[in-house]
Amino acid sequence: MKGKVWKFGDDVDTDIIIPGRYLVLRDEKELAACVMEGCDPEFSKKVNKGDIIVAGKNFGCGSSREHAPIAIKGAGISAVVAESFARIFYRNSINIGLPLIEAKKISGHIFEGDIVEINMDKGILKDLDTAEEFEIKPLPDFMLRIMKEGGLINYLKNHLAEIKEE
Amino acid sequence: MAMTMAEKILAKASGNKELEAGEIIMANIDVAMTHDLTGPLSVESFEKIGIKKVWDPEKIVIIFDHQVPADSIDAANNHMIMRKFVEEQGIQNFYDMREGVCHQVLPEKGHVVPGEVVVGTDSHTCTHGALGAFATGIGSTDMAMVFATGKLWFKVPETIKFDITGKLQDNVFAKDVILNIIGKIGADGATYKACEFGGETTRNMTISDRMVLCNMAIEMGGKTGLVEPDQKTIHYLNGRSTKPYEIMKTDKNAQSLETIHININELEPQIACPHNVDNVKPISEVEGTHIDQVFLGSCTNGRLSDLRTAANIIKGKDISKNVRMLVIPASREVYSKAMEEGLLKTFVDSGALVCNPCCGPCLGGHIGLVGPGEVSLSTSNRNFKGRQGSSDAEVYLSSAAVAASSAVKGKITDPRSN
Repeated sequence: MKGKVWKFGDDVDTDIIIPGRYLVLRDEKELAACVMEGCDPEFSKKVNKGDIIVAGKNFGCGSSREHAPIAIKGAGISAVVAESFARIFYRNSINIGLPLIEAKKISGHIFEGDIVEINMDKGILKDLDTAEEFEIKPLPDFMLRIMKEGGLINYLKNHLAEIKEE
Repeated sequence: MAMTMAEKILAKASGNKELEAGEIIMANIDVAMTHDLTGPLSVESFEKIGIKKVWDPEKIVIIFDHQVPADSIDAANNHMIMRKFVEEQGIQNFYDMREGVCHQVLPEKGHVVPGEVVVGTDSHTCTHGALGAFATGIGSTDMAMVFATGKLWFKVPETIKFDITGKLQDNVFAKDVILNIIGKIGADGATYKACEFGGETTRNMTISDRMVLCNMAIEMGGKTGLVEPDQKTIHYLNGRSTKPYEIMKTDKNAQSLETIHININELEPQIACPHNVDNVKPISEVEGTHIDQVFLGSCTNGRLSDLRTAANIIKGKDISKNVRMLVIPASREVYSKAMEEGLLKTFVDSGALVCNPCCGPCLGGHIGLVGPGEVSLSTSNRNFKGRQGSSDAEVYLSSAAVAASSAVKGKITDPRSN
């Protein structure tokens, strides 16, 4: 995975990602048109398919609204990289198949407009502009399985019987 | 093996004798709650799985609260989707737009009892730990899995126990305690932890006050809030629930337990300043701040005790001409009792606007929004940028007492100075 960086700070909350007044919407594209409106009303127009969000700690704090990762994914963002994630947002993103990358000490080292490359198998995030490398915190096995099967709905379709019996 | 309350509840729910924090388990869900705003996505996800019937309609509770009455055709359409789902699935525990905020209605109607696992597609589901349940907010796709299987996976959380001691000063409340804790711990200070509230101060608190503490556990990243059940819990359940329950308590020597001691004897009213809930200051530092709107309500502070406190301060006075005040009782029960006690008349006579039970401006997607440059003082739980309307507005969070005294003076005012 390789993409251009959009940089955000710490504690990017779900009201910034998708303000409450848009929660009546469910369509991915409609939600994507309002993504990050809380801090940059023009963001959805600037972002291109495959771009990557890089942020500080506690990304996605706040509401359980799944509209937040849906809006980010719908805007074409290929992954969100942050120093840490709020837990409900983390689950929601994995569940819908939006890749989240946790990596430490990235805040002052990766800059807006940089191109970063993510190698999930090697666990390495590389800023191609600075050639600096960062270690990716691996996903727990269970979440990796959900991710690899394309999200929780697909996972459920494939494993419904065994989950019910468990 | 010594375990925390959270570990014991999840052990029971997953058919394990023992559990340790960090393990990933599949838990049986006892209560699955959704509402009008996140419900439609849950239904849509459930339908994608391709099975027709939910696992157990009796364990699903649906409450309309975020956009009631419908304020747009989109909102009305969402309500229709949920009513159709209720009908198709034979869900009896359905509360249409007349009942109030889900986190008040769910316990009021007896759906929450100690020792159970409660999930809701709302981050403030952690409120219900006040009755000794493991209660947590989940997303819509997670809820689709619960609808389909009655199960959900969890990473067993470690526990931070807040041992709260001391006596609250007059006009200082549970809200001030939890804001003070969040200010100290930070917005991510308890990420993925169970936040258990104990100590003599918690034991002396009413169930409503304990709900205030647990409600805001998510604002420091907590997975759930918890309070050990006692006689007050049992008294609250009497007449509300006939469900059997099991009381579980944290063992003192549980491995995954970290205890933080807090004394609140000297605590003054606390204010969370824009734009983060952990940006907390004592009221002395923000007194006199200009405000345009005051919101008394929400799943944090829209209960009868909050309305009583506020009405007591406002009685016989007028709301400042420069301020508009919204009073939104958290439920029909609260509304009805507030009417019987004359509280609503006090609010109306003072110039406040009393609205129907709902989430109100808290989510910034229904009534009472604030415009660019305006300042809201709110008894709710979040002050994020754009939370109550314009991204250029500011939101301060406080107790009901601060909200009431500030509404009268037209600026942030210490209720102890009245």
